[in-house]
Amino acid sequence: MEQKQLKKIDIIFGWDDKCTPIQVVEKTIKKTPENIILDMIDSGLKGRGGAGFPTGLKWKFCRNEDSDTKYVICNADEGEPGTFKDREILDRVPEKIFAGMTICGFVIGAREGYMYVRGEYNFMLKALDKKIELFNKQLRDLKVDFQIYLRSGSGAYVCGEESALFESMEGKRGEPRNKPPYPTVAGYNNKPTVINNVETLVYTSEICRMGPEQFKALGTKDSRGSKVFSVSGDTPIAGIYELELGMPLKDFVEEFGDGDTKAIQVGGASGHCVPRKKFNDTIIGFEGIPTGGSMMIFNSSRSMYNVLHDYLEFFTEESCGQCTPCRIGCQQLLKGIEAVKKGERPPTYLDDLKRLTSTMKIAAKCGLGQSVANPFTSIVDNFREEIIY
Amino acid sequence: MTNTEVLIHELVEKHGKTRNALMPVLQGVVAREKFLSEEAMIAVARELDLSAADVYGTASFYTFLDTKPRGKNILRVCKTISCHMQGKDAIIRAIEDHLMVKVGETTHDKKFTLLTANCLGWCHKGPVLLINDEVFPSMTPEKAIEIIEDFSKKTN
Repeated sequence: MEQKQLKKIDIIFGWDDKCTPIQVVEKTIKKTPENIILDMIDSGLKGRGGAGFPTGLKWKFCRNEDSDTKYVICNADEGEPGTFKDREILDRVPEKIFAGMTICGFVIGAREGYMYVRGEYNFMLKALDKKIELFNKQLRDLKVDFQIYLRSGSGAYVCGEESALFESMEGKRGEPRNKPPYPTVAGYNNKPTVINNVETLVYTSEICRMGPEQFKALGTKDSRGSKVFSVSGDTPIAGIYELELGMPLKDFVEEFGDGDTKAIQVGGASGHCVPRKKFNDTIIGFEGIPTGGSMMIFNSSRSMYNVLHDYLEFFTEESCGQCTPCRIGCQQLLKGIEAVKKGERPPTYLDDLKRLTSTMKIAAKCGLGQSVANPFTSIVDNFREEIIY
Repeated sequence: MTNTEVLIHELVEKHGKTRNALMPVLQGVVAREKFLSEEAMIAVARELDLSAADVYGTASFYTFLDTKPRGKNILRVCKTISCHMQGKDAIIRAIEDHLMVKVGETTHDKKFTLLTANCLGWCHKGPVLLINDEVFPSMTPEKAIEIIEDFSKKTN
């Protein structure tokens, strides 16, 4: 398999004085929407929020919808435990996000863009609002028919799920919808909508600035480009790093670990736990373990029971409660591992719980309930003794 | 009209008389009053021409839209894994001892409510404490108490 070495990149936070975000917009809208879509598809950019849908295709589907009203939404409801990269992007280079939204609006034919920022980041709303106002004015000066508005969440993890986010913006409980229809057909206000993650939108404006070739030159066949990683846990250098995709986890551990790394949780609470013995043959990218960017490092002093217990508690609290597999499933998984730990249930009960997670994977309505199986099975399979004793 | 009704009327004028304005309106009330009283929710329903049950339904879904009375300052300690590993338990214990309340309770002088929160997005600088909308990363029990004392002096 194609493999890359760990390499630090500086695209997201880099600043080009000769081509500022508003100048990228000015330059890009001279092209046809079709050509911009081709550039996006050519670049191989996939969504950076976790699900990894090809961005160019998403834009194309929405462009093909026939509707007078369409929307662009920036999903800044970053809530995955271990992820904090979007906050840094919102703080340092928000203009690049606005540029990405505007270009998307131009491509699909939308006049309104919304940025939905999680309530935990309320402290940055004032500054963001000012920057949006300035950018909107620049757009009007350029005679671009697109304006950006700010919305905020109120502390619900599940609102990061795109359809729950629309519900929240419509003044309802943040309960995910059935799919299809997908957002590109019926999203916010039931109108065709493109919803992209903060980081994805920055990459779209950067691809327009530097051309798809330069982006494509990074990463592997299945995982083009670079990605911003949030590194936390047992590491001497926790923080935010943009790295080329396609590196083996071994390289990552050598760079960021504290020399005693036992396991890494890739992709936050809803991601996978990779134990030391699998570091060599795990690739960070869509061909290996895809990630929204959360890399949490655990050393040998950590109990993986506590880690799993924390995750399950998190899901139990954040489940919206709408569908039974997720609402009851999360509760029972949490109670289940507690019972096994106390010896009230035999160790084989863990296998019953694993079957429960596979049911949740099929039957839960949205990504929240479906992905609880990831941390559960990867931790139970690799650290069974720590869960039991 | 009461102060709350005036505030709600202003918020509806600003955000529009549509269901889409419900979240910004509720957030505006919480920003000033810290929680949504029954009176406030009924007034919002009247102004937006919704049923009060609809308003309560939405409000009760969101952690930050409290429907129970809260203190003038809301303390939220992040309890998710990274902050857990970096010592959030010690922070919570220190605050509990200092304010003489448990998590979920409000002090007698109504100055503080102590709560925990799920991941606040500061995993590289934990443990983290959110006071109202302000963030305080890399907390120690001593620093947390010092900051809370500062807030106590600023609050009447």
